Amino acid sequence: MSGGPHALAPDDFDRVSVRDVSRTFGRRRALARVSLDCRAGEIVAVLGPNGAGKSTLLGILATLMRPSDGEIRYGARTAAEAGDGLRGRIGVLGHDLFLYGELTARENLRFFGRLYDVSDLDARVDAALAAARLSDRADDRAGAFSRGLRQRLALERALLHAPRLVLLDEPFTGLDDDSAAHLSARLRELKLHGAIVVMATHDFETADGVVDRAICLDNGKLRDVPAGAGPLRERYRQALREARG
Amino acid sequence: MTRTLQAAWTIARKDLRIEARSRELVYTTLFFAVACLLVFAFAFVRERPIDNAAAGILWVALAFSGTLALGRTFERERQGETLRALLLAPVERGAVYLGKLIALLLLMAAVEMVVVPIVGLLFSAPLLRAPALLAGLLALGTVGFAAIGTLFAAMLVRASSRDVLLPILLYPMTAPLLIAGVQGTAAIFADEPNLVLAQNWLAMLLFFDAVVITVALWVFGAVMTE
Amino acid sequence: MMNRLVPILLIAAAVVFGYAPFLIRDSPAEDTMGVVFKIFYFHVSSALTMMLSAVVCAIASAAYLRRRSRTADHVALAAAELAVVFGAIVLITGPLWARKSWGFWWVWDARVTSTLVMWMMFSSYLLLRKYAGVGSETLSAAVGVFAGVMSPLVYKSVDIWRTQHPTTNVLPSLPPGMRGVWLWCLVGFLLLYVALMALRTRLAASQAALDDLHLALED
Repeated sequence: MSGGPHALAPDDFDRVSVRDVSRTFGRRRALARVSLDCRAGEIVAVLGPNGAGKSTLLGILATLMRPSDGEIRYGARTAAEAGDGLRGRIGVLGHDLFLYGELTARENLRFFGRLYDVSDLDARVDAALAAARLSDRADDRAGAFSRGLRQRLALERALLHAPRLVLLDEPFTGLDDDSAAHLSARLRELKLHGAIVVMATHDFETADGVVDRAICLDNGKLRDVPAGAGPLRERYRQALREARG
Repeated sequence: MTRTLQAAWTIARKDLRIEARSRELVYTTLFFAVACLLVFAFAFVRERPIDNAAAGILWVALAFSGTLALGRTFERERQGETLRALLLAPVERGAVYLGKLIALLLLMAAVEMVVVPIVGLLFSAPLLRAPALLAGLLALGTVGFAAIGTLFAAMLVRASSRDVLLPILLYPMTAPLLIAGVQGTAAIFADEPNLVLAQNWLAMLLFFDAVVITVALWVFGAVMTE
Repeated sequence: MMNRLVPILLIAAAVVFGYAPFLIRDSPAEDTMGVVFKIFYFHVSSALTMMLSAVVCAIASAAYLRRRSRTADHVALAAAELAVVFGAIVLITGPLWARKSWGFWWVWDARVTSTLVMWMMFSSYLLLRKYAGVGSETLSAAVGVFAGVMSPLVYKSVDIWRTQHPTTNVLPSLPPGMRGVWLWCLVGFLLLYVALMALRTRLAASQAALDDLHLALED
């Protein structure tokens, strides 16, 4: 992050406000009047059954999709007001990883680094490869990596430009214990640097140790998962039960 | 503006690098074009090729193979959902469009450099009669075709039935470009060539290209956000 | 407002079309083609209606891309469908007329060819709408805009192409006795067009309202 906590670059923001956002696809409502506030230094878990709208919410936060209703403000501005530069402050780890299989790990990072106008590119790429523990495989084609390795690379790709808002879609999928622990450490690092992390996940145990708060999406509707004693999984199940009446 | 062009070039270079590794697109597109020529030979050759068949055959083969190349270059962006990753970059949406367009044009240029001589050979077409004019017609016609094609192929990346919808949309829409290209080329190849007419068609292609690229750039950003 | 107008428009169109055959019967026969020429009144009116619909579709599509208004989308869809319908009328009556008048079914001149290309553009719009899946409204709006932009270019390029190869048929210029009849038929077509647009747009709006109710029910 450039500057201290009080110095925000022009495109930067320190909170994200989701206000009554709905998103419908024809007859299917993916999100129903979802409201959410996230601040810098927070890690928020988005839980919920499959098809509940988690990916849709992340897609809208990433500005890839427009909400059918409601608005999202990054700091004081909506995406439309902020313009193209806003995307430079957002980093996304998608379900499909966003990597070019035919390019090497290093080439993938360099390509996206150039698109994001990352300064000091070579050094940052080397640092990212080291963080992903892929330095020795930097010149291997990304397509040849196992899922876990590609996930580590994809995460570093998403973080290369030091984004403020980090959106992760099922980041723990396919990770072994070691990699999962490593990812958790990475997330804590991001939190310390003031990033806003919104993470859709099914991995309750791992998320429990890392997230500050959790929300749950059920059929597009948002429920808070109250903090408290007890494992995340139990609190989530309780929230679902209450929601479904 | 320069930032947009720089980003477009970065994207185009990425495509070229990928293509240089496997050469899959260039080889298969090329051989497909030649296969088209073969089928046309069966249709249009008597003791010798039908008069003025060469121009039409050339452009149809390029249109067919260009459509395939379009589909396949965006199929590449489907894997790993990298098209979304490109749209997430903090550059104007137009940069993504231009980058893919430039890469496709370079691919088609490579294909045309082989296919055009083969057409000259198989169908006795006088390629060297007005080479600059012919090159101009091919270049501008390809640019216009690819300009519309890149937009439509990008639009269809996440759609169902995208393989067949692309040609269905593309061929009627690119009719003016194909007409101008074929007629201009035919004017050069004819037994009594009319180079002035060919130049007129070239000018028309330039105008068409300007219109098409302007509209495509305007529409691209709006269409890529869901 | 449109809802109340529709029955009036339909009745007016019915009156116009009802009286049209009498006017056509009594109109002067054209010199070379005789009675067959009279298909002209419906043929040209359909063609003009198709072109009007094409323009409406293109403008509505552009409006949809700018503002994502559902109404713009409904209008664009209705206009595309009617462009295909009236285009089909043109493409069927044309060859029938040509066959009887000049002995051939088809001629590659500027008008006929560009009508065919436009018909195909809007048919592809409908195919895209039907088969592309989610988000096809936005995709088809792009096609609608391009169809509007390319149509004049199609006409121009075919025109130049075919003037290199002039054909024997020449559409006659309209003698004065026929002008009145033709305008009468054109008015009938336009009344019908507006009525159909209103109906189709209303249908699309009802479908959207039904979707909304569906969603509201889930809450």
